[in-house]
Amino acid sequence: MVRFDQIRRILKPRSKVAGIAVLLAGALLAASLCFAAPGDPSPLPSIYDPHSTPAKSIVHLSHFVLSITGLIFAIVFGLLAYAVVKFRKRPGDDGREPPQVYGSTQIELAWTVIPILIVVVLFLATARVIHSIEDAPQPENAVEVVAIGHQFWWEFRYPQSGVVTANELHIPVSEAAHPTPTFLTLLSADTDHSFWIPQLAGKTDLIPNRVNHMWMDPYQTGIFLGQCAQYCGTQHAKMLLRVYVDSSQDFATWVQAQQQPAVLDANVTAGRRVFETTACVNCHAVGGTIANGRFGPDLTHLMSRQTIASGAADNTKANLRLWIQKPDAIKPGSLMPAMQLGDADLDALVDYLQTLR
Amino acid sequence: MSAVTSPALERPLEWKLPYRGKVGMACLIIAESAIFTIFVVAYLFYLGKSVTGPTPREVLETPIFFTICLLSSSLTIHLAAKELENDHRKTFLILWGITILLGALFLFGTAMEWHRLIFEHGLTISTNLFGTTYYSLVGLHATHVTVGLVMLTAVLLFGLADRVGVEQSARIATLSMYWHFVDAVWVVVFTVVYIVGR
Amino acid sequence: MSSDAMAIPNATAEARPWVEVVHEWVTTVDHKRLGILYIVYALIFLVIGGIEATIIRIQLIRPHNDFVSPQVFNRMFTMHGTTMIFFVAMPVLFGFANYLVPIMIGARDMAFPRLNAFSFWLTALGGILLYFSFLGGNGLYGAGNAPDVSWWAYAPLAARAFSPGPSSDYWTIALLVSGFGSIGTAINLIATILCLRCPGMTLNRMPLLAWLNLVMSGMVLITITPLSAAQIMLLVDRYLGGHFFDTQAGGSAAIWMHFFWIFGHPEVYVLIIPCFAFMSEIIPVFSRKPIFGYPVMVGATICIAFVSLSVWAHHMFTIGMNSYANSFFAITTMCVGIPTGIKIFNWLGTMWGGSIRFQTPMLFSIAFLFQFLIAGLTGIMMSSAPFDWQLSLSYFVVAHFHYVIVGGIIFALFAAFYYWYPKITGRMLNESLGKLHFWLFLLGFHLTFDVMHIPGILGMPRRIYTYEPRPGWETLNLIVTIGAFIQGIAILVFVANLIYSYFKGPQAGNDPWDAWTLEWSVSSPPPDYNFAVIPVVASRRPLWDLKHPEDPDSRYE
Repeated sequence: MVRFDQIRRILKPRSKVAGIAVLLAGALLAASLCFAAPGDPSPLPSIYDPHSTPAKSIVHLSHFVLSITGLIFAIVFGLLAYAVVKFRKRPGDDGREPPQVYGSTQIELAWTVIPILIVVVLFLATARVIHSIEDAPQPENAVEVVAIGHQFWWEFRYPQSGVVTANELHIPVSEAAHPTPTFLTLLSADTDHSFWIPQLAGKTDLIPNRVNHMWMDPYQTGIFLGQCAQYCGTQHAKMLLRVYVDSSQDFATWVQAQQQPAVLDANVTAGRRVFETTACVNCHAVGGTIANGRFGPDLTHLMSRQTIASGAADNTKANLRLWIQKPDAIKPGSLMPAMQLGDADLDALVDYLQTLR
Repeated sequence: MSAVTSPALERPLEWKLPYRGKVGMACLIIAESAIFTIFVVAYLFYLGKSVTGPTPREVLETPIFFTICLLSSSLTIHLAAKELENDHRKTFLILWGITILLGALFLFGTAMEWHRLIFEHGLTISTNLFGTTYYSLVGLHATHVTVGLVMLTAVLLFGLADRVGVEQSARIATLSMYWHFVDAVWVVVFTVVYIVGR
Repeated sequence: MSSDAMAIPNATAEARPWVEVVHEWVTTVDHKRLGILYIVYALIFLVIGGIEATIIRIQLIRPHNDFVSPQVFNRMFTMHGTTMIFFVAMPVLFGFANYLVPIMIGARDMAFPRLNAFSFWLTALGGILLYFSFLGGNGLYGAGNAPDVSWWAYAPLAARAFSPGPSSDYWTIALLVSGFGSIGTAINLIATILCLRCPGMTLNRMPLLAWLNLVMSGMVLITITPLSAAQIMLLVDRYLGGHFFDTQAGGSAAIWMHFFWIFGHPEVYVLIIPCFAFMSEIIPVFSRKPIFGYPVMVGATICIAFVSLSVWAHHMFTIGMNSYANSFFAITTMCVGIPTGIKIFNWLGTMWGGSIRFQTPMLFSIAFLFQFLIAGLTGIMMSSAPFDWQLSLSYFVVAHFHYVIVGGIIFALFAAFYYWYPKITGRMLNESLGKLHFWLFLLGFHLTFDVMHIPGILGMPRRIYTYEPRPGWETLNLIVTIGAFIQGIAILVFVANLIYSYFKGPQAGNDPWDAWTLEWSVSSPPPDYNFAVIPVVASRRPLWDLKHPEDPDSRYE
């Protein structure tokens, strides 16, 4: 049974330093596990896995900043650790007070001037990147997207092609030879949101009554994940984002498909009637039909998406059925109402929605 | 070691620190100035941004007379405080009373203006951005005038009961600091609302 | 001595009816008792806020957890933040200032004792009002319950359209009321320090604790008030149909952010500056040297106060300000790091060449230096706006500010507790329990908040009640939660120490630490009137002069 005063003797200052070093090593090890393999876009939205120029500039800047802060840390921590060890009261001390030094103008001047110089250098590097990202001119062939934030889903409009979709953004890859970046205009229909795909760019907020801009030029195809980063209400956590970076042909195909009006399948007229005669049409739009609601996501090509409820669930028949009947089971607090349909109507409706490719 | 003073240390000959009432009031004034600054910033920021409704130019009339009332009250309160320092209680009370009157006149003027704005022009706090920022800013100031008048009236009543003499001059001076602050704020509000804002 | 409320138990005193004791405490205007009331109040809310944090961490221990609903989770982080800032940090710091400042400057009480009491009760009742909101139940789909708009209460989320029930009003009014309490105490501190110093104590000879509380109080006057103004505007919007933050009527959501952060950023300096004060008193005593560079410490603090008023929009780097605005706030933020860094160097300089003792107050102080350094450096990382575009609103920034608040402020507060508890109660805190508390808390703190930086880098935003099973997020969140539990245990050890030592701790005597400022010249606890004879001082360390008459400070100042 260890007594408290034994603990006191064991836990000497030197071991404190060692303990902190161990913690640091552990943290570094954990951090190193988080760097995705170069090349492959991974499902991990790490800011250190950049796949677009803004994200890459930020990573480079961060290396510079980290090396400076790392150096400062090493020096100051080193001095602190040294002081704690060297100037500790030794058991043999006679209890005399050490020399009472009140200050030193030269030293204090030095450690004022040096930080000022560091700040100047840091600022210049920072300002350069701020300008290169924020003031980048929009080239002629840029793809334009208008992103509108809602509680708790994303609306995407492509003014150049008239496409309206939700939650899953498709953009073309931007090759070094002929870059086709995507420029987004960010708006909000209700509260503040924030568009964050760490692998592609820093986040930019969507603020009502304000127009924001951002851009990205992904150099590899793939799927990139993110989510809303500004607390916007109950279901902020499940306002997920996915960006599909397609090759230019795939993107063109996708746009083409999205521009078509809704598929009109004669087999599901019953379901379509349910849709068009209940409250669904108040919120949702289906291109080429009477459904014209703008409060909720556009469903014209619902089945072209891999998830529903802004990423909260996979786009399967069972999930779709559950979402309509009991949205709280998937996303409690979302603004989708429980539709209170009978089983027959619900099945017909789901069958109809499943045809909206 | 119960007494700190060693025999060698004597009280310094000169040890006069500021009067705590004045320091406290100065701090309160600084804090209140910060609140007013935020309301003024909001007012200026929203100039011209109203989506609907009457604009300042259309409905505001510069309240010159009532402004003169309020600013003169600063003069009268200053004179009153001076009289009290010389223990001229009667003159003090008269000047103090005039101050209250002038302040009350100012409030009456504000009330009249608001009556006109609401009933003749339909401008309320919920009409548009101008309405919201105007009533908030002018209303905040009027609230401070009201609180000031309450304090001044309390002093008047004490004075009429002959309990305010030269011994109270420091406190009276502190209170008049508040009143001068209220007037200074009006100078700013007046400039922002009736000159810059139109 | 008859009304010494903190008289050592079991001393000969008549038993008084408890009603009388309660009445005395409720009606007290004595700065020492009000200080204790503030501190005890803050400790109670520290435990409550800690429970809220624990609920948050349990919910986040694994993805798609359902320990609490999203509605409850959102209330938890809102109340946790609001409680910790306004009903733990502010009151405990005002409590220490209330207790110590008059004694350290040789005064008998604060300048305005009744205002002091009034301010305390405003703050106290504000907190109770905020917690009363939990009794609203789930009416109006939960909108009548506790606020869930985050401690920033960004409009439009907090406006009537998106928060229909009274929950946001509880937040607004509770903070308005307690804000006025804070302003009252700030006014009191300034008047006390400027007007009640004992003879000989020029501003140049004041203890740094007094100086820093003077600066902090000056900041409070112009820091809390923008929040009060914004809250009045929010109430106008919510109850009078105003349009301050009504974007449909042309209002601006960004202007709430500006007003909030004009309060919010200087507020964190308001919180840290008294902690700098504690460090500036404790580190010299345990290094056996005077503070290194007293004038620069004062100057740097004033510098921090001014510069901190110009950095607020570094909390808004992502809202789409233009590149010039972003650059401006980046450089001002970097600049505020300079005087702050200087203070760390000065403390280092104080320890350098000293004879360091490692009792519990000093252990917490050394940890403070180490942790505040790291916190400052992660702050510098985020001052670089583009880097912040990735790090902000993620768990990286949550880790950063907890590093400052827990690693900095709470550690400094623990140091202050262990240092001044003997003065306040007359008993020493148990040193072994103290060291146990220290090491446990250090372990838990680092486990939680070192690791917490990583999910942020891996794309985990803040304020989410659950998360997708992304590689790395799960294990890291688990470790963070474990650390939280360890911190909780450490706090229990601390509370046990406080209570145990009150009854069984060894007598402290006047000056258990062999210190040099005036509070150590009176008994522990001090008499009601503080000083039988108002002291006269001739240097910054009057007790050093008395203990070392052959080499007094007054010769060198």
